[in-house]
Amino acid sequence: MVDSIVSAASVVAAAIAVGFAGLGPGIGQGNAAGQAVEGIARQPEAEGKIRGTLLLSLAFMESLTIYGLVVALSLLFANPFTGG
Amino acid sequence: MFILLQLSFLEFRILENFKISKSILNTANFLTYKVNMYTFLLSKIEVGSHLYVNLTENLHFHGETVFVSFLVVTAVSLFLLAGTNDLQKIPGNLQNLVEVVFELVKSIAFTQLGPSYYAQFLPFTATIFLFVLGSNWAGALIPWKLLELSEGELSAPTNDVNTTAMLALLTSFAYFFAGFKIKGIGYFARYIKPAVFFLPINIVEDFAKPLSLNFRLFGNVVADELTVAVICSLVPFIVPVPIMMLGLFASSIQALIFSTLAANYIAEVIE
Repeated sequence: MVDSIVSAASVVAAAIAVGFAGLGPGIGQGNAAGQAVEGIARQPEAEGKIRGTLLLSLAFMESLTIYGLVVALSLLFANPFTGG
Repeated sequence: MFILLQLSFLEFRILENFKISKSILNTANFLTYKVNMYTFLLSKIEVGSHLYVNLTENLHFHGETVFVSFLVVTAVSLFLLAGTNDLQKIPGNLQNLVEVVFELVKSIAFTQLGPSYYAQFLPFTATIFLFVLGSNWAGALIPWKLLELSEGELSAPTNDVNTTAMLALLTSFAYFFAGFKIKGIGYFARYIKPAVFFLPINIVEDFAKPLSLNFRLFGNVVADELTVAVICSLVPFIVPVPIMMLGLFASSIQALIFSTLAANYIAEVIE
């Protein structure tokens, strides 16, 4: 009984974890991409540099989401609380 | 290239205690008997089950991880050896390719470390870049699913948290070593900058760096493969291909980021 409650709570927690982890970086990536487009529009010759920096910083923001995903995955597949 | 070889030797279950890799084993069980109703979709996807090869009582290998990483190491080494075997003034096809790769890894180290130090740490960052890129692409490009294993399945070596943890630990060792080598004992002055009460934060940072490197790479690779697996189980035709392309792109970016960060951490301690 306790185990099934823990399982249910873990599934919900995994969903919440990955959902909220996607929220912040989503906003951040939107901002970054918008600014990059603005920069390219103002200065088209700097496109290469801007694209490189943008990709790198997008990947950093992406990794925050991935942390949430790792937490969610470990709750789903390697749950430390169910004792399995 | 020697570091590459050492890497795969070191990879064997040093991190036996890593909770995830051990308890991640009961994926299939969890999905089949604990939430019996919902097994129809995910039951064929295994996360983190491994083919254990017992060497001695206490020493186990993750067979498929070690095998694929050896394959990657050999392939990358052979490629580089063949490309640099007889160097020509006017490069042939293979030498051209190797030169492009060299320019890329050199620019990674150069932009972070600057002209006076980059040559010392170029082998390390280049090794990391090539190994991570090679193993990510080996998992995505080679149709491993054709080979059936008794347990686990062949995939990217970076799909295993032990590989990425080893890479991250090597990075920490590298920047400790760089600090000691270039600054001597004055390296420790870094911990009380900019003020003495920053000491705990700086110490925590030393642990946070490898941890975040580790989970960034591991999470990205696992996320890619899970996405592809889930979409393949939904629509096993054409539809997964763009996702796979995206995965290829993302995993090359991850290799770039891992080596850039490694170079950046080294640059931080020696500046």
